Amino acid sequence: MIQVIAKDVMEKFNLKLVSGEEGIGRYITTSDISRPGLEMAGYFTHYPADRVQLLGKTELSFFEMLPEEDKISRMKRLCSDETPAIIISRDLEVPQELIDASNENHVPVFVTNQTTTWFSSRLTNFLESKLAPTTAVHGVLVDVYGIGVLIMGKSGVGKSETALELVKKGHRLVADDSVEIRQEGENMLVGSPPPLLEHLLEIRGIGIIDIMTLFGASAIRPYKRITLIIELETWDPEKFYDRLGLDEEKMKIIDTDVTKLTVPVQPGRNVSVIIEVAAMNYRLKKMGVNAAEEFSRRLDDMLVVNDEMDDY
Amino acid sequence: MIEKQVEVKLKSGLQARQAALFVQEANRFKADVFLQKDTKKVNAKSIMGIMSLAVAKGTVVTLCADGHDEEKAINALQLLIEKAN
Repeated sequence: MIQVIAKDVMEKFNLKLVSGEEGIGRYITTSDISRPGLEMAGYFTHYPADRVQLLGKTELSFFEMLPEEDKISRMKRLCSDETPAIIISRDLEVPQELIDASNENHVPVFVTNQTTTWFSSRLTNFLESKLAPTTAVHGVLVDVYGIGVLIMGKSGVGKSETALELVKKGHRLVADDSVEIRQEGENMLVGSPPPLLEHLLEIRGIGIIDIMTLFGASAIRPYKRITLIIELETWDPEKFYDRLGLDEEKMKIIDTDVTKLTVPVQPGRNVSVIIEVAAMNYRLKKMGVNAAEEFSRRLDDMLVVNDEMDDY
Repeated sequence: MIEKQVEVKLKSGLQARQAALFVQEANRFKADVFLQKDTKKVNAKSIMGIMSLAVAKGTVVTLCADGHDEEKAINALQLLIEKAN
């Protein structure tokens, strides 16, 4: 599980640490951000302590109007044991009560010069991508005509060789053999290679090759959204393979269903061409042109016409 | 499906050559074999996967195998990574 600590946020956004230095290793577990306005007014019943607290002009100017004893007690409650970090925007001055409370409870307090809403959305994006659920699959990820195609299948079926052919045809390699996948949003899976394996491809008989050095920068991509899965398997005469393309098979990765095609491999079947066509056909379908459905509709029309003729 | 925790005793961990040997050994078996380090699980028949784990000496990894020769596969692979040279 990837964890984010307060220090990561500080380094990413160039925040200035004001107090509570000992709490700099606190874990941030949620991408939600809280702006504790009602808490400043004394309402702590539903205080989301596990979120990063963001104080802007509104909260702080209200805070200034409070009597001294309220100021102390509210800042103490704000700096709870769970609070991962408190961030002040617009380079505003940090109230002394907050500095005292945060030093006491070891909650890190940072200052940014950015405006509250702008910073809030950037922080949400950052935390969402960092805290996104991840998994790793055995397969090869290639960008074919802008479609992220994940080629899967048993060891030795020819995934890497197919990827090499695709790269030679001008498509781009993302990851070979081991693809790290993160769900960055609803229905959005992004695959990338483990850092150690970037640009590398393994071909039996040759060994490990560097795609970027061999084919140039246009042959690789650091990450790509996955939209299509192609499973390669050795041709099984007993198995039924899709002949029409009317039904769509789906495969679930994390929480997202991805369209999956099963393509049998056999000597004489050019898999890389099949994958190119599958990717183009998928794009066409997304644009509303479905050859299989169109054909089926034509066939139905013909059957109706024949039926009417028989009635005479 | 069987699982076994094994400590890597190879002097320099699973470096490139050792990883290749390991994968070659794994490919001799019909069973699906996986190697897991922390939360990352990779196919033991894939050299790139194994190398991406960067398994150092002293790491405890989990071997899992699923298939009719799973027992043989696990034993053979365990022998390989527990060797001290």
